[in-house]
Amino acid sequence: MEKKKSLWSEFTKGIIIENPVLRLMLGCCATLAVTTAASNAIGMGAATTFVLVCSNAVISLLRNVIPNKVRIPAFITVIAGFVTIVQMFIKAFSPALDTALGVFLPLIVVNCIILGRAEMFASKSKILPSIIDGLGMGVGFTAAMLAMGIIRELLGAGTVFGLPILSGFMEPIIIFLLPPGGFFVFGMLIALAGKLSAEGKAPEAMGCSHCPLAASCSKINEKKEGK
Amino acid sequence: MDAQTIRSLVAIFLAAILTENYVLNKFLGICPFLGVSKKLDTAFGMSCAVTVVMVIATAVTWPIYMYILVPNGLEYLQTLVFILVIAALVQLLETVLRKYMPPLYNSLGIYLPLITTNCAVLGVTMLVLEKGAADPSFGYVQSLVNAFGSGIGFLVAMLLFAGVRERLEDCDIPKTFQGLPITLVAASLVAVSFLGFNGVVDRLAG
Repeated sequence: MEKKKSLWSEFTKGIIIENPVLRLMLGCCATLAVTTAASNAIGMGAATTFVLVCSNAVISLLRNVIPNKVRIPAFITVIAGFVTIVQMFIKAFSPALDTALGVFLPLIVVNCIILGRAEMFASKSKILPSIIDGLGMGVGFTAAMLAMGIIRELLGAGTVFGLPILSGFMEPIIIFLLPPGGFFVFGMLIALAGKLSAEGKAPEAMGCSHCPLAASCSKINEKKEGK
Repeated sequence: MDAQTIRSLVAIFLAAILTENYVLNKFLGICPFLGVSKKLDTAFGMSCAVTVVMVIATAVTWPIYMYILVPNGLEYLQTLVFILVIAALVQLLETVLRKYMPPLYNSLGIYLPLITTNCAVLGVTMLVLEKGAADPSFGYVQSLVNAFGSGIGFLVAMLLFAGVRERLEDCDIPKTFQGLPITLVAASLVAVSFLGFNGVVDRLAG
């Protein structure tokens, strides 16, 4: 019973408390770029979740085999392998989604969420918690993207999942589909998530502690101290 | 090189900076844009490092794709090969700089490890190939110019935004919006100003 409970909390933390996009500030590029429509958000979320779960599982299994010094290139290779699988799958079964996601599909490789979870969680944990963690983070990522996709599609095109909702009621505000609208809606959602969180405020800046490359970041700090 | 070619190269360069700005229009490289744009000097150092890596990465990955992957029917390995080539390149560049050019290493080299997983760098190497597939006249030279322009565009966006953020420091902002939310709203306004460049480059080139 105890074990079940902890696995459940491993899953839910990614959705609410540690939502990768709105609380940890990971994977912002993809979140901003592909959320012009709710359906794209779901497609991207599903693809990322698949890669996240698979790479977490494999990296967790290999955690005692990979030497510490070359772990980042090793993680990237594992992740790139799964991204290639997803790319080929989507190209074959949903060419429309492939066109809509464009270059952001292969760019899942450098999505900080995946490398971040590999570095912070999977490389230190057993396989089952790693899979659950990947699943929770993936669902949290998808949920945040879906929220953004719905807001932007509703305000920018007057539709949700392609169904007309606002037609005849108000003119769509096209700027919400353009890049400025993406930044704006994202800022608002982060403010909302911050307000609802335990601390009651949004993160101050990009969390360096959550960055997968924090080790190299400390070099910047060293330089500042040396001055 | 005739005048027409040079003209089209200038158009590619300006388009990469203004209308196809990587940060403000394509949402590539958002992490450094939000992360290191707080101070002007770090923003400048990071952007210069990104520009250098973008050009070198494009210079290396383009021939690899065209002359190794395509003839052997291995296009599907693009993602895997590119990310590994970029990671190796960045590592090599860091080692060389540290050994032979310590002053340059101290100003640029420290940002290099962060750039391996920067989506703007991987993005530019893939997007120039996409452009090349759509338009046969978009070859190696055009790709390099596009990569250089994209890096400069990144620099422009970073410097502009660093200035905006310094002004934000002194403002009285509601508690809910302090930190990242107000930064993103500011980024949204900067992006609105870049929308104004739409059409400018076409007119210059045409």
